[in-house]
Amino acid sequence: MFESLSSKFQGAFASLRSKGRLKSGDIDEIAAEIREALLDSDVAVTVVDHFLERIKSRSTEALAELNKSTNPANAVFEIVSSELIEILGGSARRIRFAKKAPTVILLTGLQGAGKTSLAGKLAKYLKDQGNTPLLVASDLQRPNAVTQLQFIGESVGVPVFAPEVGNGVGDPVKVAKNGLIFAQDKLHNIVIVDTAGRLGVDSQLMQEAKQIRDAITPDEILYVLDAMVGQDAVRTALAFQEGVGFDALVLTKLDGDARGGAALSITQVTGKPIMFAATGEKISDFDLFYPDRMASRILGLGDIQTLAEQAKGAFDSDTAAKLESKFASGEDFTLDDFLSQLEAMKKMGSMSKLLGMLPGANSGAMKKQLEQFDEGELVKTQSIVQSMTPIERSEPKILNGSRRSRIAKGSGRQVSDVNSLVERFSQAQKAMKQMRGGKGGGQLPPGMGALPNIAKKIAPAKKKSRSGNPAKRALES
Amino acid sequence: MALFSKLLAKIRSSSTSESDWAEIEQALIESDLGAKNAREIIDLAKKSKGDQIDVTIADSLASWLSSSPRELAKHTERPTTVMIVGVNGTGKTTSTAKLVSHLQSEKRSVLLAAADTFRAAAVEQLQTWGSRLGVEVITGPANGDAASVAFDAATRAQELKIDYLIIDTAGRLHTKSGLMDELGKVRRVVEKVLPVDEVLLVVDATTGQNGIVQAKMFMSSVSVTGLILTKMDGSAKGGVALAIERETGTPIKFIGTGESAKDLQVFDAERYLDGLFH
Ligand SMILES: Nc1nc2c(ncn2[C@@H]2O[C@H](COP(=O)(O)OP(=O)(O)OP(=O)(O)O)[C@@H](O)[C@H]2O)c(=O)[nH]1
Ligand SMILES: Nc1nc2c(ncn2[C@@H]2O[C@H](COP(=O)(O)OP(=O)(O)OP(=O)(O)O)[C@@H](O)[C@H]2O)c(=O)[nH]1
Ligand SMILES: [Mg+2]
Ligand SMILES: [Mg+2]
Repeated sequence: MFESLSSKFQGAFASLRSKGRLKSGDIDEIAAEIREALLDSDVAVTVVDHFLERIKSRSTEALAELNKSTNPANAVFEIVSSELIEILGGSARRIRFAKKAPTVILLTGLQGAGKTSLAGKLAKYLKDQGNTPLLVASDLQRPNAVTQLQFIGESVGVPVFAPEVGNGVGDPVKVAKNGLIFAQDKLHNIVIVDTAGRLGVDSQLMQEAKQIRDAITPDEILYVLDAMVGQDAVRTALAFQEGVGFDALVLTKLDGDARGGAALSITQVTGKPIMFAATGEKISDFDLFYPDRMASRILGLGDIQTLAEQAKGAFDSDTAAKLESKFASGEDFTLDDFLSQLEAMKKMGSMSKLLGMLPGANSGAMKKQLEQFDEGELVKTQSIVQSMTPIERSEPKILNGSRRSRIAKGSGRQVSDVNSLVERFSQAQKAMKQMRGGKGGGQLPPGMGALPNIAKKIAPAKKKSRSGNPAKRALES
Repeated sequence: MALFSKLLAKIRSSSTSESDWAEIEQALIESDLGAKNAREIIDLAKKSKGDQIDVTIADSLASWLSSSPRELAKHTERPTTVMIVGVNGTGKTTSTAKLVSHLQSEKRSVLLAAADTFRAAAVEQLQTWGSRLGVEVITGPANGDAASVAFDAATRAQELKIDYLIIDTAGRLHTKSGLMDELGKVRRVVEKVLPVDEVLLVVDATTGQNGIVQAKMFMSSVSVTGLILTKMDGSAKGGVALAIERETGTPIKFIGTGESAKDLQVFDAERYLDGLFH
């Protein structure tokens, strides 16, 4: 029922692109569609309306100029995108270190937002940069919050200051204060204070947060925000801003499919930047926040950079280097290469999740295909290739009828499955040759069936691909 | 019904202007009902007479409520089994404790299964609740198999002739197919011993439109029978739960209103609908 923001944007821009010249009425029309899309992504009503005013006025003002450009629709798109990036913070800000150590970081936010997990991630991140962080367990409310932080601290090898067992006993202000003294004593250069979750409307607990703040005068107060939050985001963020204040936000649970419109609302309303992104439950699921990536996510361009990074991790450097040198030297792409690509893809996790990060993934047709995407297809393809002899893999041309039926039997598949794989493979091989000839075309890897290349149709022109590896290339496009 | 009475009083006193409608639309959207639902309501309301607008709005919202039963399943001849599921940090473990307290007030015996073997100190958290409430908690090794903890608990519940077995599971995002499959497995393994009578999806009232996909995905992997809408003591209205009811027919069964075991209420439709605009 609720189409995602990206599919809305894509629909809106596709219809805009089909018109050559723009009239001011066209801009109103697209504004209405963007409005609904942003609302479906949980951007606050008031923020949406404000945003659209700016888009409308910038676009209308520039109408004559826009119509001079070769693709006016793209030019409007650029305006929308640059406005989004601007609101989202322009550029990622780093932790400000105190002139005199220790740097004190205080974590605040609603219940269950991800503060304690973040404390561990942040500690690990800072420790890896050569710092000596100390974690302080000032959530004495939630049952076993202290134990949770102790486990986390242990797993990242960072000491935890936890003089109280918690579970309703002890004074969090005193713990924070003593934690700071302990850090100064033991020469920790960073102190990260975990606090209990609290509601914006809970004045008593907000008062407590203020007391913790005043006891330790933090260098950075981070407001931890769950990316799934809806329209309440602004009200609660303002309550925290007024209650304890904060310097930056951290957006968590970005590994889900929530569009995270609340992030846009809060940065707009509070003027505070988003500093970090949490993308999973593991300690390593943590990154700096990149406003342009978030804008892409919102605009339906897919989170290409994150995907490319994951891809890089999954293709072991040997395989990638081999494939690239092969490609450069003009050698043929063989079924063996194809097999190692499939294996690398499997390592990257669920194919539909990966594909979901591709541009256009949330538009109607592609979405349907993604929903129908059969993860088993990969396994099937793999088993067929594995049933081939080395010679067959490097020279699929020799695959005659009897060889095909032997392969089908060996892999427990139908001959028609083998046929269609060989067919798709030879198409991919052709595409590789064309690419080498300079005619780029963002095809998906052959094992993945024919997915419509919506990205090419509607996304604005993007950088040339860097990789000669067709699977990687498809992921990059 | 005192549905956003201030706005409506204004509307009734004069003819409705575009800005009044915009204001009503904003109130509807800000409750997290969703933009489309809000527009549908506005379109209906625009068609009705001035003095009927509030009734129209109230009636259409009420018509979206699920007609499925809202009482917790109850079996007398065998333990009733309840699974608690949901995305990360919504309040599953706390709601488990609240359900214990609720059932204890009805003189029912309860056994808990700590099937979140993944998150740091999740087992200890449930054990703390267990000892506070005086109920036994079945646990397994850290990072062990969630399904086998649930299985052991089901076996134990049957042996002890317990009234209710409540299984607390690890938070998981609906987009992680491996983790969703694991949930399905927990259910299947428990059902070797006892039928699973309730699967309650815990939804945080602050959740936006993503709540709808969440509900659909959890429904398809474990056949959710009801919702627990938590954190209703905050400023969020929890309107996404109504959107979920409308979309999936899954009824809200309980409302969570705080961090203690007593902070649970059985769902009251009128109060909930009223609260959407206050
Ligand atoms: N999928 C996912 N889960 C996360 C992420 N960050 C935290 N979580 C999970 O969210 C749940 C709540 O995280 P906590 O760190 O305990 O949250 P908190 O803000 O400390 O909670 P309280 O102390 O109760 O207010 C846990 O299950 C975490 O594993 C993330 O980026 N992605
Ligand atoms: N204010 C308020 N806080 C709640 C409510 N329900 C739960 N919480 C708090 O929300 C936080 C997370 O609750 P948990 O019960 O640990 O959530 P969970 O879903 O089990 O979390 P994971 O197992 O990590 O996914 C804790 O700080 C709870 O005290 C509620 O109804 N109101
Ligand atoms: Mg915590
Ligand atoms: Mg839990």
